[in-house]
Amino acid sequence: MTTPSRIVVVGASAAGLTAAEALRHNGFTGTLTIVGAESRPPYDRPPLSKQILRGTWRPDRVTLRRPDALTALGADWLLGVAAVALDTDARELALADGTVLPYDGLVIAAGVTPRRLPTGHELGGVHLLRTLDDALTLRDGLLAATSVAIVGAGFLGSEVAAVARELGLDVTLIDPLPNPLIRQFGDHVAQLCAELHTQHGVQVRSGTAVTRLTSRDGRVTGLDLDDGGHVTADLVLVAIGSTPAVGWLTGSGLNLADGVRCDQTCLAAPGVVAAGDLASWPHPHLGRMRVEHRMNATDQGTAAARTLLGAATPFAPVPYFWTDQYDVKIQAYGRTGGDAELHIITDDTAAHRFAALYSTDGRVTGAVTWNLPRQARALRHHVAQRTPWRQALRHAATT
Amino acid sequence: MKVTVDQDACTGSGQCVLIAPEVFDQRDTDGIVVLLSDSPDPLRHEDVREAARICPALAITLTQS
Ligand SMILES: Cc1cc2nc3c(=O)[nH]c(=O)nc-3n(C[C@H](O)[C@H](O)[C@H](O)COP(=O)(O)OP(=O)(O)OC[C@H]3O[C@@H](n4cnc5c(N)ncnc54)[C@H](O)[C@@H]3O)c2cc1C
Ligand code: SF4
Repeated sequence: MTTPSRIVVVGASAAGLTAAEALRHNGFTGTLTIVGAESRPPYDRPPLSKQILRGTWRPDRVTLRRPDALTALGADWLLGVAAVALDTDARELALADGTVLPYDGLVIAAGVTPRRLPTGHELGGVHLLRTLDDALTLRDGLLAATSVAIVGAGFLGSEVAAVARELGLDVTLIDPLPNPLIRQFGDHVAQLCAELHTQHGVQVRSGTAVTRLTSRDGRVTGLDLDDGGHVTADLVLVAIGSTPAVGWLTGSGLNLADGVRCDQTCLAAPGVVAAGDLASWPHPHLGRMRVEHRMNATDQGTAAARTLLGAATPFAPVPYFWTDQYDVKIQAYGRTGGDAELHIITDDTAAHRFAALYSTDGRVTGAVTWNLPRQARALRHHVAQRTPWRQALRHAATT
Repeated sequence: MKVTVDQDACTGSGQCVLIAPEVFDQRDTDGIVVLLSDSPDPLRHEDVREAARICPALAITLTQS
């Protein structure tokens, strides 16, 4: 494999920026071009549903790098312009403004876009949350609202529910599944999440789906549920998951079965790697996965850059994520949902402290903690080592 | 090398402690980063740079002293 001399990065956010930095860090001195559909310089998303929505941070605090650090990268920044087509045979990338960029190395880090309801998004008061502008608009909306309905009780919906309660609004959290975050954490922990929200005064409407939004004079007034119920709301947040931003890759020859499908080293095609929320790859120990979490954007951006420079190794991180809801910090490593078996280590519900391991085939494959950050770090070890769960529980009991 | 941490931005992920336990620790209660040494031994500089790079909250800043 020859070292590339012209590398293009698509997506100027966490994964793309990290990949660009890792390319330079690993000795790439050729031409580096970074294409980003958003016109803002790279910024961080986790604070959007936390500090930005709460109003405790000013918007400029979410920028990922200071201007001098961006300049030091020595890259051409094409911001506010989207990539629209990829020809992997000719190794050319077409942009919305007509530019065609030849490359010999390509990093695809275009992330995901929020899924929408079939109808209703044209109404005033209906929000999505992915970008900084989305967050600022949502905050303005929350400040003017009295009642909020949140469609989808995943991380995003749950975090926004918590902030909206802190702002003193009436909040209804709606999901067709039996409990909030059940896909991410399984039955038991999802039940705890439901209790947490209920204790804080959220109306949790589980096991029911939205059939339509209701409106008056072009503004949303609430929504109808398939159990016959109606929820009144002057603001609706739709947080029903996301889809990989791969529309522009149709016809490129890349496998788009679930995002951009890569091999163990994040390679999607000769000279093409992918990283971050849109990249799926076979994790050597945990099986094929696509991870929509912040740490993975950094880890995978770094791994993909190395692959492009000819230093490919299997990408085998211990996936990590966190979410903040009220005064509870939930942290998780590895695979925590699905049909994994749960083993509780600490369960102090009153203090909102909880720790548990998840096992598959007798070995630890995941860990979750509530307000026990040090223990999270200790449990990570067992996920990394795939310790037999009995042994890990004995170990946890003595430390 | 001079290290500073932003405890207000820190999310308590513990990634820095995994990489450079001689330099970083976490508070017991909320996991927020605690700096054990603001001018670490040159032997640790590479680890500290790595910690600053991967910190998911961009809470670690390095300056040349
Ligand atoms: C509100 C919110 C809160 C979050 N909170 C947490 C949290 O608490 N913990 C956690 O672990 N994770 C959290 N996440 C997830 C985390 O932010 C993502 O995993 C991370 O941003 C992924 O980075 P990425 O670079 O892969 O994708 P993105 O950040 O989505 O960046 C992709 C970029 O590519 C651009 N793009 C898309 N298509 C094109 C195109 N055709 N051409 C050019 N550019 C294009 C997009 O505009 C975007 O700027 C949160 C996400 C959101 C939205
Ligand atoms: S890595 Fe960053 S966010 Fe995590 S504990 Fe250290 S300083 Fe805090």
